[in-house]
Order: sequence, then structure tokens, then C-alpha cells
Amino acid sequence: MFRFIVRRLLQLIPTLFGLSLLLFIWLRRLPGGPETAILGERGTPEMRAAIRRNMGLDEPILVQYGRFVRRMIKLDLGTSTSTKRAVTTEFIERFPGTVELTITAMIIAIGVGIPLGYLAARRRGRFLDHASVGGSLIGICIPVFFLGYVLKAIFSENLHWFPSSGRQDPTLGATRVTNFFVLDGLMTREWDAAADALWHLVLPSIALASIPLAIIVRITRASVLEVLNEDFVRTAEAKGLTEQTVRRRHVLRNAMLPVATSIGLLAGGLLSGAVLTETVFAFSGIGAFVAEAIGQRDYPVLMGFILIIAVVYVLVNLLVDLSYSFIDPRVRVR
Amino acid sequence: MRAPRPKAAIAAIAVAALAVAGCAESNRDDNSGGSKKDTLVFGVAGDPKVLDPSFASDGESLRVARQVFETLVRPEEGGTKVTPGLAESWTPDATGTTWTFKLRSGVKFHDGTDFNAEAVCVNFNRWYNAKGLMQSPDVTAYWQDVMGGFAKNENADLPPSLFKSCAAKDATTVDLAFTRVSSKIPAALMLPSFSIHSPKALQEFDASNVAGTAEDIKYPSYATEHPTGTGPFKFKTWDVANKTLTLERNEDYSGAKAKLKTLIFKTISDENARKQALRSGDIQGYDLVGPADVEPLKSEGFNMLTRPAFNVLYLAMNQKGNPKLADIRVRQAIAYALNRQQLVTSKLPPGAKVADNFMPDTVEGWNGDVTKYTYDPAKAKALLAEAGASNLTLKFHYPTEVTRPYMPNPKDIFELLSADLKAVGITVEAIPLKWSPDYLNATTSGSKHDIHFLGWTGDYGDAYNFIGTFFDRPKDEWGFNNKALFDQFKDADGTADIAARTEKYKALNKSVMDFLPGVPISHSPPAIVFGKDVTGVKASPLTDERYATAEFK
Amino acid sequence: MTLSPGKKREKIDRLAELAARDDERGVSLWQEAFRRLRGNPAAIVGAVILALFVLVAVVGPFLVPYAATDTIGIREGLIKPGVIPGPTGDHWFGYDHQGRDEFSRMIVGARQTLLVGVVSTLIGLAVGALIGGVSGAAAGLGGRWGRWIDTTLMRFIDMLLAMPSLLLAVSIAALLGASLTTVMIAVGVVSVPVFARLLRGSMISQANSDYVLAATSLGVKKSKIALTHVVPNSLAPVIVQATLTLATAIIEAAALSFLGLGNPDTAVPEWGVMLADAQQYLGIRPSLAIYPAVAIIITALGFTLLGEAMREALDPKLRK
Repeated sequence: MFRFIVRRLLQLIPTLFGLSLLLFIWLRRLPGGPETAILGERGTPEMRAAIRRNMGLDEPILVQYGRFVRRMIKLDLGTSTSTKRAVTTEFIERFPGTVELTITAMIIAIGVGIPLGYLAARRRGRFLDHASVGGSLIGICIPVFFLGYVLKAIFSENLHWFPSSGRQDPTLGATRVTNFFVLDGLMTREWDAAADALWHLVLPSIALASIPLAIIVRITRASVLEVLNEDFVRTAEAKGLTEQTVRRRHVLRNAMLPVATSIGLLAGGLLSGAVLTETVFAFSGIGAFVAEAIGQRDYPVLMGFILIIAVVYVLVNLLVDLSYSFIDPRVRVR
Repeated sequence: MRAPRPKAAIAAIAVAALAVAGCAESNRDDNSGGSKKDTLVFGVAGDPKVLDPSFASDGESLRVARQVFETLVRPEEGGTKVTPGLAESWTPDATGTTWTFKLRSGVKFHDGTDFNAEAVCVNFNRWYNAKGLMQSPDVTAYWQDVMGGFAKNENADLPPSLFKSCAAKDATTVDLAFTRVSSKIPAALMLPSFSIHSPKALQEFDASNVAGTAEDIKYPSYATEHPTGTGPFKFKTWDVANKTLTLERNEDYSGAKAKLKTLIFKTISDENARKQALRSGDIQGYDLVGPADVEPLKSEGFNMLTRPAFNVLYLAMNQKGNPKLADIRVRQAIAYALNRQQLVTSKLPPGAKVADNFMPDTVEGWNGDVTKYTYDPAKAKALLAEAGASNLTLKFHYPTEVTRPYMPNPKDIFELLSADLKAVGITVEAIPLKWSPDYLNATTSGSKHDIHFLGWTGDYGDAYNFIGTFFDRPKDEWGFNNKALFDQFKDADGTADIAARTEKYKALNKSVMDFLPGVPISHSPPAIVFGKDVTGVKASPLTDERYATAEFK
Repeated sequence: MTLSPGKKREKIDRLAELAARDDERGVSLWQEAFRRLRGNPAAIVGAVILALFVLVAVVGPFLVPYAATDTIGIREGLIKPGVIPGPTGDHWFGYDHQGRDEFSRMIVGARQTLLVGVVSTLIGLAVGALIGGVSGAAAGLGGRWGRWIDTTLMRFIDMLLAMPSLLLAVSIAALLGASLTTVMIAVGVVSVPVFARLLRGSMISQANSDYVLAATSLGVKKSKIALTHVVPNSLAPVIVQATLTLATAIIEAAALSFLGLGNPDTAVPEWGVMLADAQQYLGIRPSLAIYPAVAIIITALGFTLLGEAMREALDPKLRK
């Protein structure tokens, strides 16, 4: 087991090397460089050339890559060319927002989606069933950014129930510890700050939850329907177990397996949705930041982001493989 | 796998919440979250980049700098005229190369140290003696734009410095010497990049230590956490995780103290989101209002301010890119073909004007008596036929993903202009490019572009800052080499007498419009909006708004 | 964020297997599926929506009352900053922000929207099929090299699956510069991994299925087995997936437009671009956003309904 983990972690090194070299070359093939983004319409060709020379962008690509690797070994992701701040700092300050947003969205999607899907299946063919199936179909088809604007127009602009932008009311002057605002509020006992941060999360997470919610409703419904037809449910009912026991012990538990699988699938799509939600709600997060970095040709930010995604990917895969061997004793990791 | 148990989950969350509660120290002030009537949250389109304006060239960094710092001279409120700032008066010597500034006394920096002539010299010498990375054009963009080079230029391409030396004659008198006469002095000294910093803070936070390698510039902590000036607001916090920057009132300000206790800039990059935030009350004002929103917001009772137009949008023609464009008749035909009035009335914000010069009429040297090219498609067709260019094909570049004060909606502008060109029989080949970097690269370097549009917002009230920037030397953007015109510019810039210089600028505007390197299209006034109960701010053509005078009704 | 790529794989592979099971029952997959589809109201609704959409896209542009690029409102001085006139007897949907007839633009936009959806799906399908096919064939050949090729290709595909699709599309759009082709490629590439997995899974499960074994042992030529059994049976799940992908492609293209990376060519209207453009005018004429938004939702709904119904018709587990 230990050797397996070590070997997989060692495999990470060549993977990161290959990936970063590939990315490095690809990014630098993008037309135009950071120098134009930095100077805007004030830049002359001479100024742009001077910056390129200063930044070492006119040197052979392998020399540039060598410098990059030397920095990486020191765990230094460099400085963002567009914000002029350390990439690590940017990530530390912007990742928590996205994590908070996606977690809240997932809680909404799961918390509403599973009961709704279950009820729809139990009342198959009735109004609730049709409504939730129809609603979930529309949920999948509505562009997230449009939904965001509509939510804001109704609940912020007209009803003034929720704020339309940002993560927290800046006039509160809340203390920052981890940059997870809700957590920070709890940790520092600034209850109003925590509540305000939660309040700011409502609309964006509803917009972001729309697609996962719709998918979870449909999968739960299909899965519960399938289980209800299984022999063991009929057996359980036949042997006189109460409906509640049957529901809890047999139907839900068995129906949850495919739902759990699909929740894993949705996580990747959430980050795509986060790019749009963060833009629409001026929500400080990593998604909109990286999308902007692409436009700004901000190489250090892009390299850092993709390498982090790659590391997370490899680690998650490792965990998944390990967890299989715990769940299913027949699987032996080698 | 167990069925989910809501009760257990809620209990677990509650336990977790109790466990973390109070495990970190709250460090916020007791008085925060009090009356909101003395706190203004203002929506801006982007995060500032650095807080030391010496290193800044983006509007958002400069907006912050204008509240925290002051300059020797400053534009009049709501105008472009040079008025006293930290200096009460200024006079050039007989040669026009040495300027004596008489400074205000009793001014203190935010760190409690005194502002005096010595401090001014420390600042100018800091810029002038810049070394290494501080000479990079992206680090000290405005110094290089105004002064050219440094004490020791490390890059052979840099021009010699315009600035020569600084001498503190007594506590309130300082002499700035320049290497030659230039029209830029003293107007350029009101740029926020020439803000005066506290010498003590510069020293303490190692402000000139721009380190790292050029591809990985590391700014000193002064530039990100400790900007120390003399302005009406003091820097408090920059909360990137919440996209907000907080300033607080400088209680020891030498002039009229700010009416707001706290001023917060909040970044909302999406234009529509800014408008929704204003309407829902998240913010009490924002900048870069879309032209379509000006009238609706005004009628809803928001306090809409219109800045006098201090910009120009122009259509550039590259004479190298398409040899046909080297023929003056073809260029004239294009000018006559464009229905600029229609564009201005239908697409630009209220108050926009058709441009006759490449500079707005509020700048000295503007000339109403130039050749005007009023919309005349028949004449355009005739001129094209005469030049043998009846089946002219033009590559028309236009930018995407951008709004600028001078072009709030590039795609719409392109559609109208290209329809005008098609109407006189010109075939238009549309080349849309992403503003940065593709568009700027393609249109201002190389020679593959035919026509495109671009614009300029003035930095200070001087004609050279407009027409000189465009036409004082051969540039890839226009692709012409007109030595007579270049000499005319050099002569005007070196004229010390202001009245004589203004006449030369007028003549220059006439020459430019006869030569017609491009077509000036419009001057459009950008709008800035405040909440219904916020008053006291005056719109500035230079975007030099002073939030210190803002107050709630 | 990008969790459980392994599970994503499973889901796609399962769809691939479904077709193989079918033939074992000895009934023509296509006939049976079609019969089931006819009885499904959702499928009928989806099919009707799509038929209308395609009809509008094909003949609509010839019937529109005004040219989609004619800036009538501006010529007549009706458009001012903050003013966009609403519907009139001549202009059923009013004008857009450039004074063009909104109704005509919606009709003409259908064609462009369909084009973007179809071409980008085809791009995803073609590239995905190529990678999936090579990978599946390599896996089928076996041997050290075959397995190596298969593993490498699938590693690459898994990496693509792990990338947030919109960021992938944005970076492709940045690489290629804004154009119609760019939008199609960017949206298409996003669906490559799904199709690749699907085809590979299909091929492998087909090759291992009993009927292929039986046919082989009976001495049927390999090429004939491939043409009469393997290819048609692999196609079914691909068509299902393509139908579903068409819906996401249209939405994804709209998202790209919203981020400013849509097709910048203004000569031909497209719903996604129209929706993105209209965001600026939500305050003065929200209907300019609502028309394209509703059109996109309905069209995507049509594709989804039909695709889901087809998937159900193919899945023996859901048939009861």
C-alpha cells in the first residue's frame, strides 16, 4: 500500500514536467504577449519590444522554460503580469470564494434535488412529477448568465431582498483569516459578517446550482423508479415492513448509488458555471480571474492554475483508487 | 452507504461551527458598521494594479492615487487648466528651462512628517535616478512618456531625460531644471504619477526596490500596502478576496477635510452588473456608464454627471498598408463617405460631438477654421472615380471585448461606418480582433492593416498630448513620412511663449486636416453616476474626480 | 472541483455498452427504438420543436420582411442612446439596438444558430471518433504497443475531461482569435472527450460481445461483421450523444458570446450573440434579451427531449 502511494506520487513529477512544458510552448504560441495588454493604446512598438526584452520573452523558449522550472522547484509561481501581484497570493485570496460558492451550490442542488427527485418518483405521473421533470429540463437549457441577470433583476433590483454583487458588504470591515468569509465570521465571532457573507451567496449559488440541481432531480427520479421495481423492494413490502422502513432501508439507500456517482461528474461542470456566475455577480473567485487571465495573456497565472488542477486531478484519482480498495476488498492495489 | 440523515447533518454542522467559533482574533474597529451616511461605496470596472502611482498607468490605480496623494500642480476642479496643488505658484526663468515652485506650508504627510522642498527633490530624484527594472516602460510609463529617459539610461533606445535637476532653495521654494523647453511643463506635472510621497515612508518600505527578474517583477511593500501621501484620504485596506479597497478620512488634512469618513472602491467588471448593483443599493455610484444607461438612470433620479469630452475617436488610414490610401483623393473620399453625425446622434452618449480636429475644442490650439469633410456620398464616389479607385477593397480592423471612454460600443460603430463605406461602393473586408493584445498589435505595428479606428483620452490639457502623440514622427499606425509636418511639430513643442505656441498648434491642426492621415470622428463625454442622495462631486474631463467633497444629502 | 474523472468515464462507457446488449435479443435495434419513440410524448414534443426549428432555419431567411443587416431605425433617426422603439405593425418584435428589424434577425439567426450547433457537434464527433476509434482499435489489437497507445490516448482524453470545459473553450478562442470558425472549434473540442470515450467503449464491448464471437466462429468475414453489426450498433449511442451535445453546444456558444469571445462578424445574426449584445440594453428594452433567450431555451429543450427519449428507448433497464 505504502509503496503504491509513493510510486503514484513519484509519477506526478514526470507528468507535471511534460504538462508544463507542453503548456509553456502552447501559451507562448498565442498571438501577442503580455506587453500589449500591459501598455494598452499608449504602447508604441519600441516600448513593446523593450518590455519583451526585459521580460526575457525574446529568448529561446527552452531558456525561458529553464527559468520557469527553477522557480517552480522553489514553489514560486511567479508574479501575475496583469495584476502585478504574486500568483500564489492571488490564488490564496481567490480560490476560497469559488470553493464557498461551489459548495453552497452543491448543497442547494443536493438538498433540494434528492428530495424533489424522490417525491417525483413516488408520485409518478402526477403534477409534482411533471412539474419537476419539466422544471429540470428547463434548468438544463437556460444559459447560466441569463439566469443570473434575471435573478438579480427580480430579487435585488426590484425586491431588494438580496445584494446583487460581491461576497460581503465592505462597510462591515470584517476580519480576514482564511478568506472563507463564512468561516472567518464564525472564527472571529463576527456573526453579522458571517450572516452577510451567507446572504451574498444566495443568488449566485442558486444560479450556479441550476444545472446540477436539474440533473440530480432527474437521476434521483430515474434511479428511485428503477429501485421501486426491484424484487427486493416488493419482497420487503410483502413481508409486511412499514412503508417508512422500506423507504429508508431499501429504496433510498439503493437509489443513492447512481446519484452519488453523478454528483462526482457534476463537479467539473461547476467550475465552468463559476466563470459565468462570478462575472455576473462580481463575485471574487478563481473562475472569472482565470478567464480574464487568458485574455490578458497572463502566463504565470495560467501555468499556475493548470498545474494546480493537474495536481488535484492526480491526487483525486489516487484517492479514488485507494477508496475502492477499502470499499471492495476484492480490489488490491499494486 | 447510508441514507442521508438531515438531523445528524445539522448537528454535525452545529458542532463544527461551535468548534471554530472564536478560534481567531477579530481585529475590526469598534466603530465600523455604524452610520452608513458617511461611507460611500463606489463601483469601478477593475482592480487597481499598484498603489504607488509612480508605477501605475491604469485608470483604477490612478483613481486611488488621486485621493491619497497630491501633485505640485493640479487641474482646476471640473476642468483642465493648471491650478495650484502642493505648489502655490510657479514661474519659469527667462530661458524657459528652469521653473521655480513656491510650496504650500504646514502640509503633513499621512505618517506625520512634514512636506517641504526637500521632500519634492527626494521624489524627483527617485524617479530620475531609477535603475534596473524601474526603467522598464511598463513600470514607469508616465515618467517615460513625459520625461523620456533617466539619469543613466540602461537601454540605448531611451531618449535623454527632459528632467535635469531639482534644488531646494528653502523649505518652501524648489527649482526644477529641464534640459530643454517643452510644452509639457508644467501641465504634465499634474499627472498622478508625479504625486509627492513621504520620503520617510519611501525609505522605510524600500519603495524603489523593484526586484525580481523582468518577467517576474516583485514590487516593494510600499507599492502594495503603504502608499503615504498628503491627500484628503488615507489608505486603509485592500481586500482582494472581496474586491474592495478602503480609504479613510485624513483627519489632519491641510485643506478642507473630506466629508466622507470612509470611501470604498468596489470592483465590478461587468457593466450591466454595475448598474444592477447601483439600483439594488450595493453601491452608491459607479464609473463607466454605458451610453444606453445614461438617460434611463437619470430619469430614475440618479445623480448623473457628464464629463466634458476630453477625447477623440478617429478612423486611421495606413498609407503603407494599402498604396491606394497614399492618394489624397481616396482619403478624402473616405472622409466624405462617413456619416459621422448619424453615428454621434444614434450611438454615442448625449452631448457627443462630431470631431473636426484630432483634439477636443476645450484644448488651446483647437482650430475651427480647418477643412471639414461633411457627409457627401456623391462627392465621395466622384473622388474615388477620379482616383481610379472605384472598386476599392479595404481591410477594416475593429476591436472586440473592449469599451473605451471614446468608443463605448466598438462593434456598433464598426457596423455603421462600414455600412457608410459600402454605400459609396467600397468593398469592406471586416477583420475583428480582440482589443488586447491582438488588435493593438495589428493596428499599431507592421503594415498589414488598411483602416481601423482607435482613440485617445487626454492626460493633461495640452495640444501636443493629442496631435503630437499621433503625428510627430513616422508611425506604423499611419504609415506616412511627412518630414514637413514632423518639423512643424518640433518647432511648436520648443516654443516657450504660450501665445505663439497656441498659434502654431492652430496651424498644425490645419495642416493635419489638409493632409488627412485619418478622419477624426467624435468626442464623446463619458458619464459617471452617483446615488440619488449623493452630491458634491464634480465631473472632470481628466477623470480627476475628488471624492473628498462627496456627501450624502 | 474537478473530482472523480473515473466516474465520468464509467457513465460514458455504460452508454456505449447499451447498444451491444440490444442485438443479443435478436430484434433490430433501430426498429424497436423507433417504435418506442413514437409512443413517447416527450420525444414527439422534442421532434416537433426541432422540425419547426430546422424549417425556420432552412426557409426562414428567404421569407423575412427586412434584411437582417439593414439599420432602418438608425437611418430613420429612431435609435438614440437610451431609446430603442418597441414593436409596431411593421416590426413585430421592434428594433434591435442598431435599428434592425428584430423579427427578421430572430428568423435569420435560427440558421446561424443551427449551423454553429451542428458544425461544432460534428467537429467534436469527428475528432472524438478518430481518437476513440484509434484507441479502441489499438486496444482490440492488444499487445504491448496496442495497450500503450490505448492508455496514452485515454490519459489525454481524461485530462481533457478534467479541464473545466468553458475555460478550455475560452483558451481555444484566445488562441485562434475571434471568428465563427473559432466558436465552432472551441465548442466542438469540448465534446471531443465524450465522443472519444463513447466510441472506444462501444468498439470494445462490441468486439467482446457474443454475437460477434458467434459470427466469427461461423466464418463470417470480419469486414462484413464490422459493417453489418459493429458499426450500426456503435452508431446508436453516438447519435443519442450528438443530439444531447447539440443542446449544450448552442448554450455553450451563447456563453462564449457573453464572455466576449463569440462570433464578431455582425453580418449574420446568431441567437447567442444577440443575447449577449442585449445584456447592455436590459434596462431599456429587456425583450431584446428575452426573444433570443427563450429561443435558445426552447431549441435546447427540443434537442434534450429528443435525445433523452432516444437514450431511454435504447436503455433496456429503463424500458419496463
